[in-house]
Amino acid sequence: MDRRQFLKTTTATVAAAGVGAAPWRSAQAQTGPIKIGLLAPLTGVVASGGKEMVEGVQFYLDQVKSEMGGRKVELVIEDDASNPDTALQKARRLVEQGNCHMLIGDLLANTGLAVANYVKGTGTPYFIPIIAADDLTQRARIKNVIRVAGYTASAFTHPLGDWALKQGYKKIATVSQDYTFGHEQCGGLSQVFTEGGGEIVQQFWHPLNTADFSPYLGQLAELKVDAIFAMETGADSTRFIQQYAAFGLKAKTPLMMAMNGTDQSVIRTIGEEAEGIISPAHFAEGSDNAVTAKFVKDYEAKYGKIPSLYGFSMYSGMMWIDAALKKMGGKVEDREAFITTVLKTQLDGSPLGKVVKFDAFGNPIYDVYIRKVTKRVDGKFWNVPTQTYPEVSQFWKYDPETYMKQPPYSRTFQGIKKA
Amino acid sequence: MTMPLSPNPSRLAGMTGRAALIAALVVIAAAGVPLVLSNYQVGLATEVMIFGILAMSVDILAGFAGRTSLGHGAIFGVSTYVVVYSTAQAGFSPATAFVLGVLAATAVASVFALLAVRTSGVYFLLLTLALGMIIWGICLRWTQVTGGENGMRGDVRPAMLLSHSAFYWAVLAGAAVVSFAMWRFVRSPFGLTLRGIRDSESRMRSLGYNVPLHLFIGFTVSGFFAGVAGALYAMFNNFVSPSTVALAQSVECVLMMIAGGVGTLFGAFIGSAAIIALENVVSSYTERWQMVLGITFVLIMIFAPEGIIGKLRAILSRKVR
Repeated sequence: MDRRQFLKTTTATVAAAGVGAAPWRSAQAQTGPIKIGLLAPLTGVVASGGKEMVEGVQFYLDQVKSEMGGRKVELVIEDDASNPDTALQKARRLVEQGNCHMLIGDLLANTGLAVANYVKGTGTPYFIPIIAADDLTQRARIKNVIRVAGYTASAFTHPLGDWALKQGYKKIATVSQDYTFGHEQCGGLSQVFTEGGGEIVQQFWHPLNTADFSPYLGQLAELKVDAIFAMETGADSTRFIQQYAAFGLKAKTPLMMAMNGTDQSVIRTIGEEAEGIISPAHFAEGSDNAVTAKFVKDYEAKYGKIPSLYGFSMYSGMMWIDAALKKMGGKVEDREAFITTVLKTQLDGSPLGKVVKFDAFGNPIYDVYIRKVTKRVDGKFWNVPTQTYPEVSQFWKYDPETYMKQPPYSRTFQGIKKA
Repeated sequence: MTMPLSPNPSRLAGMTGRAALIAALVVIAAAGVPLVLSNYQVGLATEVMIFGILAMSVDILAGFAGRTSLGHGAIFGVSTYVVVYSTAQAGFSPATAFVLGVLAATAVASVFALLAVRTSGVYFLLLTLALGMIIWGICLRWTQVTGGENGMRGDVRPAMLLSHSAFYWAVLAGAAVVSFAMWRFVRSPFGLTLRGIRDSESRMRSLGYNVPLHLFIGFTVSGFFAGVAGALYAMFNNFVSPSTVALAQSVECVLMMIAGGVGTLFGAFIGSAAIIALENVVSSYTERWQMVLGITFVLIMIFAPEGIIGKLRAILSRKVR
């Protein structure tokens, strides 16, 4: 047995012993609280989403009285300012100065990727319920970066492509924000839709923070397509939905959007214009599932608004971590064991009302809803599921190996099948 | 006419004995920092030095040639991009990447210089700002190469500099060399010409100096130093994204220079320390730290328009008198 092998086996044995020993050791030896570093954009372009992330985490901690896996939890919140350099600096601060046992959070992919690259070196467990960059659970996995209660960007638009085919749509145009999250969501739809015989007539890419969509809407109106797919987030989405309606396109061409497009954080500020938009997601606040309905009711009672994906995802992420910590008696100091335990843990109490598990690549498998924006009795708008695709893999129906051989979705590669 | 250029034989590398002593003491004191501070604080100190170099490079132009550039963040960022790209994508060694990064920044600076040297004042400001925005636009949109909004990641830092203190000492050594070089540069006859241009461009022209050429060289040299800072930043972060070349970066280094004191050169380090400390200390108390930063600037501008170092100098000389 060479030295390396010896180290490996010893670590494994010690880790296993640690896990096994945990239940009766948890009463003693646990010194101090579990420190969780939360990174959220409290300032900058996505600040409103960031605040809901914090709410989601605090909502969970309030419910468990700030105790996870039998230990007190100390939450340290830092503002990543929607900026990757700041995110990196704050992550360093949380890990090196704050001695946090784990990091959770970040909203924008660039901030998440910067922090992921940093923790690759330190080995700190980093949980990303919001960061959706495909490759973090595909081509470029980092062991200690775990997508608890998160999702890959293209995972939900694959089924949407299938759904669009079943509606009899033949020609679609897409319009999307020009960055990775947009490329990936658009790519998922485009690949499935064109491989099933549909045609992507044209794709428009616009920079983030586009104030005026009329140049795009004008061209879209000319195209005479069966439906339009729009991938927008935040304020862009609000403006897009309003201008789409103002242009008179709403009455003519059905609109499909990516999940963030009709998220509560967007549609709670607009009204009728959003009604009827279709989007795919694992979470639908208008679901009649009893568990989801209770979650939405409690959240609304506490914060006075219907929960968004941000609040929901962070809440579920914390719940998932808690479930893993309970399993190992709160022994968060043993990082190796902690990471392995999280990956093996399934989430029973999710607000989705269903059990959620990881696939072999550390990506949660969800039932994907096709949702429709509908008016609630009290006049507020929310997403109501109309159809369910059960247990959708991040690789859709493709073989993971083959799928990962194709390049990641980008502006130049959309997986579009040549007719 | 065989008199040597520096008449005082007691000078050491162009410094008086006292200046050399002070410089040595500062470097030695700075070298002790990792022994007393925590890892995270050492990281911050490293960042202070990197941005100090950048702010100094801006000061060469602003303080000595009277041209404030709002494009130095972009020049700095070009170097960062090139270093990350050449190590992570093209597979060069960190040393080669470092050289390539600095060269790229110098090249970009010379292009900026060609376009901007014939202007001054607010026009120079706007032109450099616009050029910087072009770089930012390219980094954002040329997704295949720059990774777009997501930026690029890679293990840029050489293995021997992986620990916080090792990297700190390397940056300190670099900063010392670069600062000395810049100090010599602004005190050289060439540097004096730049000062002449700052004070009266028309007089220098009538004395027969080629003003645009001098400014061109001054800008390019300043860009070279900004490139050094950018390359170090690439190794510090192992990551680059458009925010590194954004306008905010350019503005920040100008603010650091102003806070430290325009034309004081070493004030840049004080300014960079002040701003980075503010960012990190205040942000742990309130998320409105940018507001505090803004108020601080207003106060500095009202009570110490000559910057922290400038104010200190003024106070000291008053006492001496």
